[in-house]
This record gives sequence, structure tokens and C-alpha cells, in this order.
Amino acid sequence: MRVKVKKINAFSAYFVILLTFISLVSCKSKSYYNYEVIGSKININEKNDTDAKIEKFIAPYRTHITKDLDSVLAYCPETLEKSNGKWETNIGSFLANITSNLANPIFEKRTDKSIDICLLNHGGIRSIIPKGNVTTRTAYNVMPFENSVIVVGLSGLKIKELADYFIKERKPHPLHGLKICVNKNLEITKLEINNEPIDNSRIYYVATSDYLANGGDNMTFFVESQEKYDLDYKIRNLLIDYFNKVDTLEMYSEKILIEDN
Amino acid sequence: MKRRAFIKNTAATSSLLTFGGLSLTSFDSVDSIKKLTILHTNDTHSHIDPFPADDPRNPNQAGAARRATVIDKIRKEEDNVLLLDAGDIFQGTPYFNYYGGELEFKIMSMMQYDLATLGNHDFDNGIDGFYSQLPHAKFDFVSANYDFKNTILDGIVKPYKTFKKAGLKIGVFGLGVELEGLVDKKLYKETVYNNPVDITKDIVRQLKEVEKCDLIICLSHLGFKYKSEPNKICDVLLAQQTKDIDLIIGGHTHTFLDKPVIEKNTDGKDVLINQVGCYGINLGRIDFYFSKDEKYADQTKNIVI
Repeated sequence: MRVKVKKINAFSAYFVILLTFISLVSCKSKSYYNYEVIGSKININEKNDTDAKIEKFIAPYRTHITKDLDSVLAYCPETLEKSNGKWETNIGSFLANITSNLANPIFEKRTDKSIDICLLNHGGIRSIIPKGNVTTRTAYNVMPFENSVIVVGLSGLKIKELADYFIKERKPHPLHGLKICVNKNLEITKLEINNEPIDNSRIYYVATSDYLANGGDNMTFFVESQEKYDLDYKIRNLLIDYFNKVDTLEMYSEKILIEDN
Repeated sequence: MKRRAFIKNTAATSSLLTFGGLSLTSFDSVDSIKKLTILHTNDTHSHIDPFPADDPRNPNQAGAARRATVIDKIRKEEDNVLLLDAGDIFQGTPYFNYYGGELEFKIMSMMQYDLATLGNHDFDNGIDGFYSQLPHAKFDFVSANYDFKNTILDGIVKPYKTFKKAGLKIGVFGLGVELEGLVDKKLYKETVYNNPVDITKDIVRQLKEVEKCDLIICLSHLGFKYKSEPNKICDVLLAQQTKDIDLIIGGHTHTFLDKPVIEKNTDGKDVLINQVGCYGINLGRIDFYFSKDEKYADQTKNIVI
């Protein structure tokens, strides 16, 4: 009997080892096979219910933003738009002038220098400023981007490149402070800054956006300049500050391109 | 799934009682089928509110609170869900300008996002602006090709993260787009962009051989494809030039794919690429089915799209 029990124990021990081995082989080393994939797209629209918890969370923020964006800051006496001129537009003159006017005190304070010119880009104006009440939302619509004001030092020679670019582009990029006189063939006959002919060796200070200062819209004449002053002033914030400052927006019509007779 | 769990438990109990026979079957067949549901978004760009009914392009589309309902419903139906985002969470509505991304992160946390990668616009308030909003995110960010060593994100944004769902191990790594020329250096600071293909080869080896992942997902903000620059690295080229990635969830190019795209990798195996446009207009869903049945070992997977 004793011997028989031992035999059974030996047998079960063997079986357990075998089973362990089998489980190791069949379970541990075996991996999952990805045999099917199903892809789909779910459109989110008004047919989906609104999650009450998330909606409740958003509501106070939304109320605050709406109130802030839509409170009236100033009045605009005429609609400013970017498609009402070949070389100059009323919104372009407006933006270039107020950018220069509001950025200059900061620039002067930091560097003891003054802004001579302001050049922005036509494509960066994203909306009209309609006649009527002006709000913070107006500034967001006109300037949704986070671009900030940079002042770039350019030699008179580079200003000539800037003028060439302006003529070649045939776009009313917002420009202030530069007069470009041309003949019938659109060749430059004279360039004036502050009512004086430009001096090729002098450095002029051009207020622009960081996007353009880095060569955006092919404004390559900005790229090489070693003299760049980032004012850390977003153009949109500059607009909002201006709207807060005035009751009625000042209208500008600055003639940039003057054709010789 | 409850039924499967029951069968599994019963099988385990019987195998304990009777040793052989039954114990072997408990590893195969019915109970070893696993389903994993991947839900994903990209380029939501602070679009928390739905587009208004009079919007000229996307009337009545999107809305975070609606997306949350859809996700909740899927979570009730499925046991194993991963919710991922491929970047550009920030910038696009005044919510971002006013609150710097706080709402975006809090709402994504409420929806229980599992992981995201960084898009170029997530640097719009600088790397410090991103960092300062991280306490509001109850999910992690991964990026394998942005080297954050000399930045404030060092050790915070890891190359990849692994998840365990129903006995499966899933590895998810992130890839970001080249920042130079796209984002101002003063915003991304000392972040170094590394070649996505080289990095992917290393990361995938790590996920496959060291981490032993059953599924490898790439969260990419490289962009789907650049027609005018056919050699610029993108999701399609990444899929073709690497191996062992199962799914690339893309972003950046705001590409509205009708359905996921299939590309062949260097091993001739299928890689799925999906991107669902932008602004939370769509939610992507990919269901993966797994089995331990040996009959699938050398079989190409069946992709239904």
C-alpha cells in the first residue's frame, strides 16, 4: 500500500510539472494577435445631447467673455475696409498709423530712438471695421493672430528694397511714414521719410509684426537685420488699448505712392 | 463582457479542481478575444462651443459638451477605451486668449482623456504658458522627437506611455512638427526637434522588444501629407519608412479623412493612419480585436473601414 501511495504521489508530481510546463508554453509565451480593425468617424453636431456637467462648467466663462467682448469701447465714423484702394486702403492707413503712434512711446522709452515707418501686411487684416460701435470683439475679428510689434532697424538701401517689394507686390499693404514717388513705368524716382529724401547709409526704424520681421509674406528685407526690438506688445492688444483711449476712431488717408507728372 | 468574465472564472475554477483537460481550453477560444476601442481628436483649437447655426462653413458642428455625451455613451458600451488627442488643443477662440488653455485642459480632464501630444500652437503662450496650464490636465503629454532636456518640460513630457487594458499592453508615443519657421524661438526656447523617422525606429524597438507591447500607436502632429513638398516628413511617409506601428493618429494639416488610410510599412504590413479634421467636428473611433488563436499568427489582419 505504501509503495502504491508513493507511486501516485510521484505520478501527480510529474503531472503538475507537465501541466506547469504546458501552461507556460500555452499561456505565458503566447501573444495576442490583432486579427481585425474597424475604423469609423463620428460627427459631432446638434443631434448629440449636451453634457450637463460640462455645460454648467463652461457657462460662467462664456458669460464673462461675451460681456467683455461685446461692451462698446468706441465709435467708428465710417466703414474701414481693405479692398477700397489700389495702393492704400482706409483700414491699412488706420492700422499702420495707430500701430506707429502707440508703439513709438514704448520704443522711445526703451531705446531712445523713434519709429520712422510702419509696415504691416494686407493678408493679416482679417475683417472690416464696420461703421458704428467698436468692441473688443472688433479687435479679435480684425487681428485674430497673436502677432506682436517688432521694430527693425533697416539701412536706407534696405528701405529701397522695401519700396521695390511694395511696388512689385501691387498690394495695399498697410504702410505709414514712407513716400514712394514713381514714374509712369512704376520706377522709383524718389523715396522720402519725414519729408526728407532717404539717406542710404542711415538706419531707419520700421515697426512691423514678428511674423513679417522673420520674413513672412516674402518680406526678405527684414530677415538679415541685426537690429530687432521685440516690444512684446500684441497688435490686437494695441488695437484694444486704442479703442479704449478714444471716443471716436481717427480716420487716416495717407498717400504712399505718388506718380510723377 | 460580463458573460466572458463568467466563462473565464468558471474555466479557471474547473481547471483548479480537475487539473488537465479543461485547463488548456481556458487559455484559448471565446474568453481570449479582446476588444480595444481607440477614440481620438486633433486640432480642437479651443473650440469649446459649437459653431452657430448661421456659420457659413460649419453650421451646428462640434461642441465639447456634445462630444462628452458621445464619449460617455461609448464608455458605457465598451470596457476598454483609450481617448487620445494629437495636438493643437490651444488657440482659435477667445477662450484661449482669456484663460490660456485652462478650460481646454479642464474639459478634456472631465472627458477623461488618457494622453495627448503637443502641436505647434500649444506653444503659443510659450513653453512656460503650456507648463503653467499643466496642473489643469489630469492626463499626460508624450513627445519622442522634441528634446525638452534644457527646458521647463524636462522629465514632464515623456517620449511614450504604456497602458494595460484587458491584459493587452498598448504603447503610445508622440511626434511633433518642426518648430523652426513655424513657431517663434522665444516661445519654444531650447526645445530641440529631432528627426521623426530616426526617433520612431528607436522608440518602436523599445515598445516592441523591451515593453512587449501588443499594440503600438503614434500620436503625430507632423501633418498627413504635403502635396507641394512631397519629401517633407508626414504621417504617410512615416508609415512607409518605419515598421511595427499599428496606428498613426495624425493632426496639424486639419485633414478631414473620409475614413482611415492604409499604408504599407517596411515589412510590408498595414499601418492605419487617421485624422479627423479639426475643431472637434468629428471624433475618430478605431476598434481593435485581438485573439490568442494561433490561426491568426501568420494571417494579415482584416481592416474594415
